[in-house]
Amino acid sequence: MLGVAVVTFLLVRLIPGDPARAVLGIHASPQQIAQLRAQLGLDKPVYQQLWSFLGGLAHGSTGTSIYYHAPVSSLIGTALPVTASLVGVSAVFCVLITIPLASLAAARQNRAADHAVRVGSLVGLAMPSFFFAIVLIIVFAVDLRWFAAGGWGTTVPDHLRALVLPGLTAAIAIAPVLIRSLRVGMLEVIDSDFVAAARAKGLRGARILLRHVARNALIPTLTLLGINIAYLIGSTVVIERVFDLNGLGSLMLNAIGQRDYPVVQGVTIVYAIAVVAVNLVTDLIVARLDPRTRLR
Amino acid sequence: MTTASVTPVGPVPGAAAEVLPARRPSFLARAARTPACAIGAALTGVVVVLALLAPVIGRYSPVQQDLLATLQGPSAAHWLGTDEFGRDVWSRLLYGGRTDLQVGFLAVLIPFAAGSLLGTLCGYFGGWIDAIVMRVADIVLAFPFYVLIIALVFFVGEGTHGIYIAFALTDWVVYARTTRGAALVAVSQDWVAAAEAGGLSRARVLLRHVLPNTVSQAIVYAMSDIVLVISAVVTLGYLGLGIQPPAPDWGAMISDGQSFVTVHPWLSIVPGIAMIITGIGLSLIGDGLTDVQRPA
Repeated sequence: MLGVAVVTFLLVRLIPGDPARAVLGIHASPQQIAQLRAQLGLDKPVYQQLWSFLGGLAHGSTGTSIYYHAPVSSLIGTALPVTASLVGVSAVFCVLITIPLASLAAARQNRAADHAVRVGSLVGLAMPSFFFAIVLIIVFAVDLRWFAAGGWGTTVPDHLRALVLPGLTAAIAIAPVLIRSLRVGMLEVIDSDFVAAARAKGLRGARILLRHVARNALIPTLTLLGINIAYLIGSTVVIERVFDLNGLGSLMLNAIGQRDYPVVQGVTIVYAIAVVAVNLVTDLIVARLDPRTRLR
Repeated sequence: MTTASVTPVGPVPGAAAEVLPARRPSFLARAARTPACAIGAALTGVVVVLALLAPVIGRYSPVQQDLLATLQGPSAAHWLGTDEFGRDVWSRLLYGGRTDLQVGFLAVLIPFAAGSLLGTLCGYFGGWIDAIVMRVADIVLAFPFYVLIIALVFFVGEGTHGIYIAFALTDWVVYARTTRGAALVAVSQDWVAAAEAGGLSRARVLLRHVLPNTVSQAIVYAMSDIVLVISAVVTLGYLGLGIQPPAPDWGAMISDGQSFVTVHPWLSIVPGIAMIITGIGLSLIGDGLTDVQRPA
């Protein structure tokens, strides 16, 4: 975590160019620039800046936005729930898409349904998520008018409605990888001895598939989901932009446009913290599901 | 793979074949025979040839505006119609593909080379090099892919140079991890011990014996990586951070077309489909390579 913070800081500072000049524009007088530099602490040596940045982080402070004149943490505080619920909704969609399709493909191996699922995954893999978002907007917002093309709404039902299309987009971006893994995993389990035993006991096909096969094939897929959530969190940056959601991604892209270095820096760190947290939670869930990896 | 460690037998294959046991067809030759690879190579080939022939079959300059003929539908003069500046969509599609494929390919090549070399060194020598490189890799992996790419492109500068630097700094990680694993396996094999016992220098063992084995793993990953990278290049173009206008790029074409999505949806859809075809082609080649590499 310390490494992440230091890298982010150095990333921002090692770049040529002066934030003060970028903020004030090319017509600013040297006095104004010097004043802002002093105010932002940019006139101190790099190691002192790094120290005060890390000290601030330790107190939960990520600095002050140059553009909004507000603490970065409060900007992140308003944006974070939007992104977090988007990630949550898309994770749910992802499970709803992955498990039935992978089961279908595994149960009907090398038949039409299997091929259809595999071709579908291939298309999903090849498609940039922002393009899928636009297709969804054309179909469901412009033609059918079921959902708004963007925005966040004011009430909780509004929010949920606003998250359907973006959540679906994000889920489709990672579902192909998961479907592939789960399908292969299920095929391996189907061939194993204990499934033959279950079948010999006279259990029905669907029950075997869900109780015995899916549960065992799920563990590697869950680990993969954890890894892919990191990718999913990243792709929300783009998806928020397409659907005009005011989450962390929009905050970051706007801050980039406004050359608001502290905000870009703060948001990047929050993203990294989120990824590390998700990986930790995945490890814990896998440990619960799989007795073999239970923590001692 | 096994073939990589066999030294070429010389220019008289007919005579040699009688003495030596029949040589297995090379890795790539076997891959080319899988149906996935064949279809993938055909699709990719068509896209690459069209992109290369852009100046011949493009008919118009991709940046030539005709403000009297804006937003036209497909016609004999403009096969795919014109955009909001009256530029020929077919020509922009071809030249855009040229740019995106070229940038995507180069953006993969740098991390492929650097990552594979680093990973192989780490796996072969171990020790402090290994420890440092893998810790840095952990830190890079803590950031979501798109967040890091967008932040880097912002800090380094928009356009193709920013893209190359951003991908070089982030994308090497997976190559390093893959090849490190392969190198660790190779080091434990008898033929490496034999080569070292035979008095070959470590550098020679590394370059002639270990590296060829780790690189084939990296090539397989590169095929799926290039889809990801081209997709990311197109996404950066869509966000306005990638290839800078007026140079044609699929991402910018989709983004420009989005303003007219209700009346002229093809402006966004055509470049999106081009991206999907390219992605499917490259993914299929990757699938074929993976199938061949997996021990039967």
